[in-house]
Amino acid sequence: MKSLKATGHQLADAAFQLTVLSQEAAATAHLPRFHQKLAAAGLLPLRPVAPAVLQLNVGKMCNQVCKHCHVDAGPDRKEIMTRETMQLCLDALAQTDIPTVDLTGGAPEMNPNFRWLVAEISKLGRKILVRCNLTIIVANKKYHDLPEFFRQHGVEVISSLPFYSADKTDRQRGDGVFADSIRALRMLNAVGYGQPGSGLVLNLVYNPAGAFMPGPQAGLERQFKQALLKDFGIVFNSLYAITNLPVSRFLDYLLASGNYAGYMEKLVTAFNPAAAAAVMCRDTLSVSWDGGLYDCDFNQMLDLPVASPSSQHIRDFDAAALARRAIVVNEHCYGCTAGAGSSCGGTVA
Amino acid sequence: MATYYDPADLKKFGNIAEFQKEFADKFFAYYGAVFAEGALTAREKSLIALAVAHAVQCAYCIDAYTTDTLEKGCTEAEMMEAVHVAAAIRGGSTLVHGVQMMNKAKELSM
Repeated sequence: MKSLKATGHQLADAAFQLTVLSQEAAATAHLPRFHQKLAAAGLLPLRPVAPAVLQLNVGKMCNQVCKHCHVDAGPDRKEIMTRETMQLCLDALAQTDIPTVDLTGGAPEMNPNFRWLVAEISKLGRKILVRCNLTIIVANKKYHDLPEFFRQHGVEVISSLPFYSADKTDRQRGDGVFADSIRALRMLNAVGYGQPGSGLVLNLVYNPAGAFMPGPQAGLERQFKQALLKDFGIVFNSLYAITNLPVSRFLDYLLASGNYAGYMEKLVTAFNPAAAAAVMCRDTLSVSWDGGLYDCDFNQMLDLPVASPSSQHIRDFDAAALARRAIVVNEHCYGCTAGAGSSCGGTVA
Repeated sequence: MATYYDPADLKKFGNIAEFQKEFADKFFAYYGAVFAEGALTAREKSLIALAVAHAVQCAYCIDAYTTDTLEKGCTEAEMMEAVHVAAAIRGGSTLVHGVQMMNKAKELSM
């Protein structure tokens, strides 16, 4: 499987995705637009609070090509963050007291400067999250020591595992991904990750393998813990239940399978003002591989930069200007406000 | 009305309150309480509901509880086993009445 970009798919173009979201919204005219829902909840314009997370997307390169990927990542994507841009991120970070840096991709570990970046963030004394797809650990011998590297730097590992069985996982993430993920989880457990009392945090991410919403996070976590322990002897800390947003490949899936209208209606119907008030974009800043600043990783993929004209690139990072911005919203935002809400850290309400 | 069943009607379930609000409100409050986490998990209740939906052959319920069991993280094997439980009880219910038939046949026969 190739990325949408490599196949020349129209949905590889962010502007086209926004057009589709807008046209489809018009076609389902009985549904309110997202900004109307926010206004009715007294949340428009949506304002940031003090940033708690700086999320760096260090590249679209990945060893997997997952069917739901909002980044359209894959082995054929070559866009990765340079060390110069990483340095700009570190310089900006040093100016602030943002406590947490969240490294994502693609597979962030495939960036040749990944380990240098982790070491430099460590020197600044910030908490580091790495969104590790698990299979990268076993993809090549040079990555086999990643669990030990993570341990040395006290990295919190967050890994996608859409299900605790092979069929559903492989349908979403590719043949053999489940078996490789289990191998990688065992390697992480072996150095202490997820083990009680180790202080090494291993959290898993569940997202539905289809056009439905995640159920209650606590129940899913209980089920994952029982099944992974019983079947594979694997332990982990928490499960984050994340809703798929209608962006990039998941948008493609929704349109191609005829599920778009029903899925959006479900998200709109499940709009929860409490989740909207707690959305992650309020305390997160997202940086793209080329240094652009965004309210979140989804806005980044839709080319919707922060509404802060004087500070739209990490080289022009201006915390005061960014604090005054209004967060950019669009129809895809319904994915973060449905039901118990959804964020990179799971449910929010 | 082109057909008796319209999938869009499922979303209008709550509209039954238009004709009788008091009973509808009581029913939906009861319904919500029944499906909450309790001595059985919400996931177990969803699988039971899926099985019953097939036993009573309610198209709306099958639609709703196929989605709900998926959302609760049930596997496709679990979902189909639930349907087999419904089928087994329905089949067993038919067959166990065969004893009644046998009793009557023996009563009437030499």
